[in-house]
Amino acid sequence: MATFEDVVCPICGCLCDDIVATVEDNKIKGVKNSCSISATKFLNYHKHRLTSPLIRKNGEQVPVNLEEAVEKVAEILTNAEYPAIYGMALSSCEAQGLGVELAEEVGGVIDNQTVTCHGPTALGMHDMGMPTCTLGEVRHRADLILYWGSNVEESHPRHLRRYSVLSKGRFRKEREERKMVVIDVRKTASARPADLFIQIEQGQDYELMSALRMVLQFDEIEEESVAGIPVEKIEELAELLRNCEFGILFFGLGLTMSRGKERNIDAAISLVRDLNKWAKFSIMPMRGHYNVTGMNEVTTWQTGYPYAVDLSRGYPWYNPGETTFVDILRRGECDAALIIASDPLAHFPKDVAQNLCKIPFAVIDPHPSVTSLVADVVIPSAVTGIEAEGSAYRMDAIPLRLKKVLDPPSGIYSDEELLQMVLEKVRSMRG
Amino acid sequence: MKGFKATLLTGRSLKQGMGKEISKTSDRYKESVSICEVHPKDMEDAGLKERDVIRVTTQFGSVIVKCVPSDHIPKPGIIFIPYGPYASALIGMNTNSTGMPTFKGISAEVEPAPGEKVLDIRQLLTNLGR
Ligand code: SF4
Repeated sequence: MATFEDVVCPICGCLCDDIVATVEDNKIKGVKNSCSISATKFLNYHKHRLTSPLIRKNGEQVPVNLEEAVEKVAEILTNAEYPAIYGMALSSCEAQGLGVELAEEVGGVIDNQTVTCHGPTALGMHDMGMPTCTLGEVRHRADLILYWGSNVEESHPRHLRRYSVLSKGRFRKEREERKMVVIDVRKTASARPADLFIQIEQGQDYELMSALRMVLQFDEIEEESVAGIPVEKIEELAELLRNCEFGILFFGLGLTMSRGKERNIDAAISLVRDLNKWAKFSIMPMRGHYNVTGMNEVTTWQTGYPYAVDLSRGYPWYNPGETTFVDILRRGECDAALIIASDPLAHFPKDVAQNLCKIPFAVIDPHPSVTSLVADVVIPSAVTGIEAEGSAYRMDAIPLRLKKVLDPPSGIYSDEELLQMVLEKVRSMRG
Repeated sequence: MKGFKATLLTGRSLKQGMGKEISKTSDRYKESVSICEVHPKDMEDAGLKERDVIRVTTQFGSVIVKCVPSDHIPKPGIIFIPYGPYASALIGMNTNSTGMPTFKGISAEVEPAPGEKVLDIRQLLTNLGR
């Protein structure tokens, strides 16, 4: 029996790096420090696996050997005019780098899950910049922690305990030394530990942020309430924000997915900028998939832009709304796709999903997904962070090393190895 | 039993998070995403009981799911479906030039649908054309 300490959990943007995994007979027997989602993954990741490469023939997926599957993927991408490589928020940075290279080789679009999570955050950040910090600074120093549009307890179950309100920091040791505010449409489990919960009308975040900014400047609001919140309560909140020493605004998809989208992010960044007149204040998006931040970093190093990069012109072209995977599918322009560790048929709007179903596409994934069930080619991969090592970026852009704690099933390779094979095949086909 | 108008939110849930880690083809995943959280008052007014089958319709599509009362719902007239293929059936593809479809705050109608069946994920895919 072997025990692995400080394993990095490959699930959410918290990238908790204190998991202890006990391994016996190449199986994980137990985990410590995991949250419920993490324990579910570590103890079940080996069940329900894709076991063989598959190619869809006459509407049925039939097992093939790896070489044939890799060749088919290369053929689909090489024959396309405007292919897309999509996903990899659950892959290592090393694999992500190869994904970008592959998109460049085939002259297509490289995009990732950012498009349907914090794409608007990237847009807001381009406009405004982002005064941010690390989770370590929050843990040790923050005395006011505001979650806006984020159900942190369900999406990032250990965030509160490891990095924020309930963590033991160097300078903020006790719970009483911090205030927690939650602003959300639903009174979720995350509202329970909050000192102040503000239930906002759906889609009126921009209005509330504008009102808050006015109150902070001591401007008078002539309405009785804004976004369903009485002005006195907004004043109470402003007072709390103004009087902290180190505040942090963590925001989730409640801001990026609602009316206003990137404008909500502009407003949030402006609010934080204003607050810096009173206190030290930072802002950070609650990134979901464990290495979606890494995908933004890697795509930026290699192309200059964080997501939705069109490489069909021979140089990188970035224009979210035009070059985003959802939009090139929506307009029916994309004519082939390689989906890596992602499930767009489960998460894209129905009509966009329908357009994906009209074109040839391949999936690389350790597990069956809604998308893999009907893909033209499926290649099973190792589970990165359990069966393959690599680098990943935490939500605060701190890189951590994912560990390999046991071997993948025989004949199963990592995303990195598989993408290398596809890239080589494409290069040999293109001559 | 009568229907009602509502604003649809979609989002993460812990059960969906755990369901997807078991398997996207597991019953547990299907169970976790083919539900719609409804305010208890709306349930009562519509004569709905927990796990009754309902049809949710938006201008973009329609889907059959099971309703569950939830005290997370702030007030009558708001409904919540976890991310997944059932929620996606109700989302429009316009991204307002941002790449991001509107996943929260969509006008919807809810009707009791006794006798209707919640489709399997396979059947949903057939409807997508595969
Ligand atoms: S909070 Fe996220 S990273 Fe940490 S153990 Fe849970 S799922 Fe893993």
